Amino acid sequence: MHTETLTQTYPVTTGTLREITLRINGEERRLSVLPYVSLLDALREYLDLTGTKKGCDHGQCGACTVLCDGKRIISCLTLAVMKEGAEITTIEGIDHPIQQAFIDHDAFQCGYCTPGQICSAVGMLQEGKAKSRDEVKDQMSGNLCRCGANQQIIDAIMDVKGGENE
Amino acid sequence: MNNFSYQRAATLSDVVGKSTFVAGGTNLLDLMKYNLSNADTLIDVNALTDFHAIEEVPDGLRLGSLATNADTAYDSLVENRYPLLSKAILAGASAQIRNMATNGGNLLQRTRCYYFYDAHAPCNKRVPGSGCSAIKGYNRNMAILGTSDQCIAVYPSDMSVALSALDAVVNVSGLNGERSIAFEDFHRLPGDTPEIDNNLQPGELITSIDLPEKTFTKNYSYLKLRDRSSYAFALISVASALELEGDTIQEARIALGGVAHKPWRVKEAEQYLTGKKTDRQNFAAAADIILQGAVGFEHNAFKIELAKRAIIRNCIMALDPSTQLPGAQPSA
Repeated sequence: MHTETLTQTYPVTTGTLREITLRINGEERRLSVLPYVSLLDALREYLDLTGTKKGCDHGQCGACTVLCDGKRIISCLTLAVMKEGAEITTIEGIDHPIQQAFIDHDAFQCGYCTPGQICSAVGMLQEGKAKSRDEVKDQMSGNLCRCGANQQIIDAIMDVKGGENE
Repeated sequence: MNNFSYQRAATLSDVVGKSTFVAGGTNLLDLMKYNLSNADTLIDVNALTDFHAIEEVPDGLRLGSLATNADTAYDSLVENRYPLLSKAILAGASAQIRNMATNGGNLLQRTRCYYFYDAHAPCNKRVPGSGCSAIKGYNRNMAILGTSDQCIAVYPSDMSVALSALDAVVNVSGLNGERSIAFEDFHRLPGDTPEIDNNLQPGELITSIDLPEKTFTKNYSYLKLRDRSSYAFALISVASALELEGDTIQEARIALGGVAHKPWRVKEAEQYLTGKKTDRQNFAAAADIILQGAVGFEHNAFKIELAKRAIIRNCIMALDPSTQLPGAQPSA
């Protein structure tokens, strides 16, 4: 393949290490990162918070979902340097009835998507926009489960959310 | 991804004339991970607080370019006055991405053509003059309208399909001051320069999007057809907005997504519907006008008939917007 003729020229290396402070699960964490380090990599590789999973690293699977100022985001498509001053909550900082509901409903098999599913479910419940089971399914579509536990995941969420489950 | 330097802009004067801007990052950082975009400096514009608001203006509503897609879709003014826009935004991406992605960034997102994303494949949009792999390749999700022999890529935004139907205006700021661009003039067809997605000039920043007074709150619908029921790009999407007097159409707006390098609107079809009854035959005739000139490729010729049926279906759904389902799926 003639890759060199088909891609653009790389620019010179210009980024330099930045000292940043992130507020994660209620604690201030200082770290030194290059600008290109994603929030996901900062959590996993610099801060040892490996509960947040790297699935696709392209915003397609939701495994890296965390809460940022209470809202669910994917940590792979944002930069650590962009999140200074934000309040980040990872699975390690979650204490919510949805966790027991996942166990009660057998809402996982391999467990790799589970931290993202739980962070996403907590974010969705806080948003309060999804009412029906169909709306919950649509609102949870950003989190893929390749084991196929989706039905039980929605069951677990509906159990905690309450309301109509048709 | 290449290494780059990172700056935070504090005021508009920090950014005009510069590039590359990052706001939500959901498309740009993805492109950078594939080495499809490789700026040596990223300018974070999130601190430009003037462009976060959603506010009333004398002739309508102004959406800040830095308001997130979720904040826009769930804004009470948008939900109540422009429900078509709210529905279209919520049909796109995932909840997580809508919490991050901004309105300005949504307009500027690049095609998801497989060959554009594959750095090993010839692509005129990525490297002008290298050829188009899609025309004779796997082209199921490619365009059927407005294509050129250089590019058959589709522009993927759902939000923009509604903005097109609503006659939105894009406000931008650059070295030569401010200007406003009618929505239909914002995105481009590929022609001989498929590498240029839109008419934004280098160094210009989208500051806001204006929605005019006409809101279409009673009869509207957004329909999105795709290979799974949520979190996938459209094969075909349709935004329909009707103004009715009884069962007579006073005004019709129909925009298509998933079919071209920009949202597709055909004013002739909308004029055809004006004064007509709201029956299937009339919507079918309008659909035929909209799809005039459509050309299918090996794997996507089905989209021509699918688009016609989607237009009819969605215009009928617009007669009773309560038939719309989560994820803009077809009504039962």
